[in-house]
Amino acid sequence: MSKLTFEDILKLLSKYNIEELEGVEIEGDIEIEIEGLPNLQAIGMELGMAAYHLARAAMMLGFPFQQLLQPQKPIEVKQKEEELELIKKKFEPYKVEWSGYVEEVQLGATKKDGGTRDYVIKLGGEKSLPFYIFDSEQPNLPAISIDVFDRPVPLPKVVRMHYEDVMENPEDWAKKVVKEFNADAVTIHLISTDPLLDDTPVNEAVKVVEDVLQAVKCPIIVGGSGNKEKDPILLEKVAEVAEGERVLLASATLDMDWERIGRAAKEHNHVVLAWTQMDINSQRTLNRYLLKKVGLPRDSLVMDPTTAALGYGLDYAFSNMERARIAALKGDEDLAFPVSSGTTNAWGAREAWMKESPLEGDSSWGMREHRGPLWEIVTGLTLALAAVDIFMMMHPVSVAVLKELIQTLGGKKEEVECEDWIAVV
Amino acid sequence: MKVKSPLEIYKLLPQTNCGECGFDTCMSFAAHILDRSAKIEDCKPLVEQAKKSKKVAEKLKKLKEMTAPEIDEVIIGKDLKIGGEEVLHRHELTFFNPTALFFDVSDIMDEKTIDERCSRVVEYKKFYVGRYLTLDGIAVRSVSNNPDKFAEVVKKVSGYGKPIVLISLNPDCIKKALDFVTNPLIYAANEENWKEMLKIAKKNKVPVVVRSKDLDMLKSLAATFKKYEVPVVLDPVTEPAGRGLQKTFERVIQIRRTAILGQDKDINCPIMVTPISAWAMKADEIAKIYWETVIASLFIVKYADIMILHSLEPHTIMPIVTLRANIYTDPRTPVQVEPGLRAINNPDRNSPVLITTNFALTYYTVESDLQSSGASGWLLVLDTGGLGVEVSVAGGQFTPEKVKQLMEETKVAEKVDHRYLVIPGLAARLQGALEDEIGWKVLVGPTDSGRLKAWLEENWPPKKEIKN
Ligand code: B12
Ligand code: SF4
Repeated sequence: MSKLTFEDILKLLSKYNIEELEGVEIEGDIEIEIEGLPNLQAIGMELGMAAYHLARAAMMLGFPFQQLLQPQKPIEVKQKEEELELIKKKFEPYKVEWSGYVEEVQLGATKKDGGTRDYVIKLGGEKSLPFYIFDSEQPNLPAISIDVFDRPVPLPKVVRMHYEDVMENPEDWAKKVVKEFNADAVTIHLISTDPLLDDTPVNEAVKVVEDVLQAVKCPIIVGGSGNKEKDPILLEKVAEVAEGERVLLASATLDMDWERIGRAAKEHNHVVLAWTQMDINSQRTLNRYLLKKVGLPRDSLVMDPTTAALGYGLDYAFSNMERARIAALKGDEDLAFPVSSGTTNAWGAREAWMKESPLEGDSSWGMREHRGPLWEIVTGLTLALAAVDIFMMMHPVSVAVLKELIQTLGGKKEEVECEDWIAVV
Repeated sequence: MKVKSPLEIYKLLPQTNCGECGFDTCMSFAAHILDRSAKIEDCKPLVEQAKKSKKVAEKLKKLKEMTAPEIDEVIIGKDLKIGGEEVLHRHELTFFNPTALFFDVSDIMDEKTIDERCSRVVEYKKFYVGRYLTLDGIAVRSVSNNPDKFAEVVKKVSGYGKPIVLISLNPDCIKKALDFVTNPLIYAANEENWKEMLKIAKKNKVPVVVRSKDLDMLKSLAATFKKYEVPVVLDPVTEPAGRGLQKTFERVIQIRRTAILGQDKDINCPIMVTPISAWAMKADEIAKIYWETVIASLFIVKYADIMILHSLEPHTIMPIVTLRANIYTDPRTPVQVEPGLRAINNPDRNSPVLITTNFALTYYTVESDLQSSGASGWLLVLDTGGLGVEVSVAGGQFTPEKVKQLMEETKVAEKVDHRYLVIPGLAARLQGALEDEIGWKVLVGPTDSGRLKAWLEENWPPKKEIKN
């Protein structure tokens, strides 16, 4: 639509010697919108005749002149009110079908499969986007693992308060997260092996893994310290001592001896977590190496495309995961694996742990007792909507809330009666 | 947008490459129309010619139709735009108009509460990547069902100057309130009251929310209102918990997907979600607050164009506005700032020289930390192509050679009497190589610039200089 002001029309009219429009008053600042823009020259001719022709001709062309030009003596035109009728329509949802699916991967093994776990967790198996259960059934809903460390670690106050009593003892820590905080799995991070921390020897460090396997009967995930040289040696040893338990070994990356980790997993029946830094092509490459060069079975690979916290790159993390999942559903077999998220990263954001904003201009940041858990929840739920199949988290409230949401969107909840909010006082 | 190639647009342009639109060629202009960084109206020659020739006018009309967004854009108040989206996944293009956040007041709240809530909406701000995140508007809810009372509160609230949603299923309440606000969004027309609401909307030319859980009914209402050129927003009804919430998720996704992929032009409207529904649950207040934040976040990611919320607690607002900023960041452009040298808090010849990168998030975090710490300094901003410190150190965009070049270009050596450069803690590994390259002493600062204040108090001026 293009706008023509009344002034434009007057200018136009002046060409045809019209000094003023008789019997009309112009109200306000008038703009006339003309759809399809008729030929103004032509209108001008027509208008040149006389004032009332203006209104008539213009009306014929669809100008809303009655409203714009008020006759001094208003003529009452009673329009018959149009009978309103509902246009009956049927909503036909657009159907989406994908050719690919996400590999199903089992963590943990019960006696029957050669392990000692009470239950197993299955990840993946999706044939549609997360929680699109109206497109196709989602066989396995995302699971939540809680992080445990083999030595005390610096944690934000709001998180630390829940673990103060168990920090010195990874077994108790593991028991607590399962019994009290409902973790589906436990992630034991062997960070004390870091040469810059305690440099715990590999043989000693893996004892903690054995202890934790004794202490809890859920599937477990074992992480290294992030040291590129030592982690492959460490995870290889972990694979040995946890033979048959289908532990998730975290993690193999492109810049370390991924082959060693992959081989150990294959030999001792474990699962490898393939971690790349937010780059879909690196993820493809690493997955392919593990599958093709190492010969890791397809049901033994989980990938971590990197989690960035809310406010600190979550947009990249979200789109990276979403793209990978859509590619998988479209048939890209190199990316068709369950996704893991280090959601605890959310606590790195200053908004999660700082007492108040360091900036003067900000409104108050509110209570960090709630702000922190919410930061972790929102980071997690956003990525759940992209692709995540297993979360590694820390705050018990965050775990509980995210679990509730997963169950809800997964269709596992009953109808809940609620009033209409409009009238809620 | 219907068109998929710039050629389709180009065909209808004047093809003179006159450059008036700000682009060198018509083809380039067409490409910018396609990614929505330009508007058809920016081609002035086309607009002018269309006034004179019927044929060109036809072309213009066609162009506008072809390039209209997949989802209608609806305006509330003076200029708050909602909808106007093109894609289902942000990486396919970008999302355009961030979910508008409206917070409620009701006509049975006392005056003080109303004022306090309105002020909070108006005043809220959170610094993020060089700007403040803010809230959009106020939703006035009629609980009294008394038109006079409702109108009175609406009048009061409109004094705050924010866009308004009028909430009442009673047409009399809406009618009365309309005297006191310009272009509010009307909530809501449903199966029972739609005729009355449609009359009001036609007469006052205001946008209306149509509401129904039954998507056949919702579509029928939308089609009917659209026929009378009333801008429509869809409310498929937000049920806050259990199976109902899952069904809500389903309805929202089905609507948006059918609008975009199914090209259903009856329901290609902005969608409203009401996290405020969480307050209708039987639960304690903390649970409601958490759940309201969860519902809001869920639908910021998935397709809500406008929301009504209740909690004005800053700890619930902050994650929501931050998530909205993230989801609506344009993924096509790395967010970066101009590299160079910035003077923070009037530095002098003894002030520290610090370096950071030109990733907007990094730069603004560091700059605002320095600003509010009260310390003054010379801040070098390195062009890392819009990457953060750790990423660019890892990826090789933060190198001693580039730092040296930046220091030469900005002539920072002429601005200070000392020869110390403070680098981010996360760039510590460059310390040695940097010293060799630039010949200055390099000090490793904290890993988080939020700690710069304390760090500077302890480490600046450098100990050695004091001894001198
Ligand atoms: C988002 C992200 C990305 C995005 C980057 C987007 C961008 N515009 O920067 C993308 C996807 C592109 C990316 C790519 C890569 N990434 Co990346 N990425 C991240 C992530 C998740 C967040 C980084 C971030 O934005 N932080 C927030 C900003 C504000 O922080 P910042 O710039 O460091 O600024 C802070 C401090 O440095 C300090 N500060 C800043 N300036 C100054 C100045 C002074 C004087 C002082 C005192 C302090 C100070 O204060 C700031 C506020 O706290 C991190 C992991 C994580 N969770 O931290 C990994 C991470 C940084 N990435 C990593 C890697 C390895 C990569 C890649 C090399 C991966 C690859 N194989 O391709 C590539 C590199 C690409 C390149 N450079 O070419 C590694 C780096 C490891 C290392 N230490 O060497 C990390 C740590 C992940 C990990 N744990 O392995 N990445
Ligand atoms: S203003 Fe119009 S005619 Fe001129 S270059 Fe731009 S698109 Fe082409």
